[in-house]
Amino acid sequence: MTDTALHTNSRSPGVIVLRWGLFLILGLFALFYLMPLFVMLTTSLKSLEEIRTGSLVALPREVTFEAWRTAWSGACTGIQCEGLRPYFWNSVILAIPAVAISTILGAMNGYVIAQWKFKGANFVFSLLLFGCFIPFQVVLLPMARMLGLLGIAGTIPGLIFVHVIYGLGFTTLFFRNYYVTIPAELVKAAKVDGAGFFRIFWSIFLPLSLPIIVVTIIWQFTQIWNDFLFGVSFSQAGTQPVTVALNNIVNSTTGVKEYNVDMAAAIIAALPTLLVYVVAGKYFIRGLTAGSVKG
Amino acid sequence: MAPILDIKNLYKSYGTVEILKDINVAIEPGDFLVLVGPSGCGKSTLLNCIAGLEPITSGSIAIGGKDMTHVSPKDRDIAMVFQSYALYPTMSVAKNITFGMKVRGVDQETQDRKLKEVAHQLQITDYLNRRPGQLSGGQRQRVAMGRALVRDPKLFLFDEPLSNLDAKLRVEMRAEIKKLHHNLGATMVYVTHDQIEAMTLATKIVVLKGGIVQQIGSPSEIYNRPANLFVADFMGSPAMNLIPAKTKRNGTGMLIEIERAGGEIITLHDHHTESLPENVIIGVRPEDIAEAGFRAGEDVQEAECLVDMVEHAGADTYVVSHLGGRNVTARLHAETSAHPGEALKLAFDLSKVSYFAPDTGERLN
Repeated sequence: MTDTALHTNSRSPGVIVLRWGLFLILGLFALFYLMPLFVMLTTSLKSLEEIRTGSLVALPREVTFEAWRTAWSGACTGIQCEGLRPYFWNSVILAIPAVAISTILGAMNGYVIAQWKFKGANFVFSLLLFGCFIPFQVVLLPMARMLGLLGIAGTIPGLIFVHVIYGLGFTTLFFRNYYVTIPAELVKAAKVDGAGFFRIFWSIFLPLSLPIIVVTIIWQFTQIWNDFLFGVSFSQAGTQPVTVALNNIVNSTTGVKEYNVDMAAAIIAALPTLLVYVVAGKYFIRGLTAGSVKG
Repeated sequence: MAPILDIKNLYKSYGTVEILKDINVAIEPGDFLVLVGPSGCGKSTLLNCIAGLEPITSGSIAIGGKDMTHVSPKDRDIAMVFQSYALYPTMSVAKNITFGMKVRGVDQETQDRKLKEVAHQLQITDYLNRRPGQLSGGQRQRVAMGRALVRDPKLFLFDEPLSNLDAKLRVEMRAEIKKLHHNLGATMVYVTHDQIEAMTLATKIVVLKGGIVQQIGSPSEIYNRPANLFVADFMGSPAMNLIPAKTKRNGTGMLIEIERAGGEIITLHDHHTESLPENVIIGVRPEDIAEAGFRAGEDVQEAECLVDMVEHAGADTYVVSHLGGRNVTARLHAETSAHPGEALKLAFDLSKVSYFAPDTGERLN
């Protein structure tokens, strides 16, 4: 009896009003942030005629996927009219190896810096960290020269190379901070058991690393997929990533501006990163905090 | 027989800091060597040097008659149990135990057979498929031992293996390690800061302080004839009473004079020694001070002391008095009539006393 009484007491009218007020404010913010997506989605499903005559926030009177089809395979980027499709695949074959290579190298780097301390390990680590904070604009020219010397200027391998180099600072940081929390005695035990450098990495550290691998993949994939600056600087006609193509589609319309196609193209370009967040988002949060909570 | 572990003139420094200085230790097969000392004395570093996990600055280490100074840990024929157990968290108990054999390419049949033997020996058969995270501290401890046992090495190394267990479990596991040592006849090197562990387990103790060996000897040597004040104070609980005293030559030995707060000087007559300096520190174990009338012998001498404090510890009662400016603890029987604030006649057994030089701390007799 007393329990219930206390319980209801704690939920006095004032508390309830506050609670609902909070929900209301949160709801309003959510709506506010969803607004652009809503406009993009509805606009992409309208015909040009309807966009011209209707209101911006109105639902489409007649749903048509024509704009999506055009954005995917018919929209013009400059003189070519193949839509986003070829560039989307460019981004895919660029992002997957770039993410994989930078994650693997970052894991190895972090493993060495955290668990196989050599003389100057901390110095090397701070140099790598420094790499995280160099603005990309600064390195454009030297990198262009470098790619030219290596003979991979304007190619997808060239872009992969650039993204691996600039991802390494972050991936190393992630893995190093994760591996630093793993007791050094584990490595010692494995050494006494007879395992070597790679065996310990493969059999003991990698199986422990799932959360941080997910974090790194999300981070790197988002960075590389969404990158525009390197994409526009170090690519040529056939090798441009989807972000550059999206820019070209939006900027190269002649006559009528096809808002519906632009919106559909923008959503297509953003879809993979959204997907990665939805699929792996919970691991992302878990991974970011894993090192700190683990006893 | 050649010593199974032979450490000669070992030095270890990090930069300019010397961690270990001129360590010389040799043990025979079947020995149980305990490295004991306060934290930071270098005992764990020494163990890591023996394992090959830390390079040494100079000197040599031989295991099983072979020079291992520059050999990597995996080829030293050793197994090690760590303080944190260091079990591989993503592997099952069985995989943890067989990992070393797997890495070394031992065939599956032998792996299974050895796993079975060790699991049976340590009574861990029931949870071979669990992960270390699902085990209790004591169970993890057993798995860590299993991982070492299965390798059948020349030398077992233990790095404070019991310090993460609760008091009751620690005593149990201590007994179990002792039994294991006895049954296997294995050679073991064991690091601990717990002097009771050292006393109960060891056949040979090395007491370390500040990277320097203070004394090497059997538990009874270390306990009864500590080489210096540090060892005397460190080994034994409650600690040895170390009382400043003055000596005088007497026809048949020496007179030991101890000041007493608010009373006349206590004079004890030691017949066994004639060559003590004027100022000494006399070391008496608490159990060598009894209540008058309960201890007899020609070296037992009685003196009246003022009791400051009485501590009942079940089987014994500790009585604290104040002599020579120090607290002096006597271990009396449980039903003593001692009361705080009252005088009590105590019997000092001089047959086992130690004398130390106050300036160097070295043993004199």
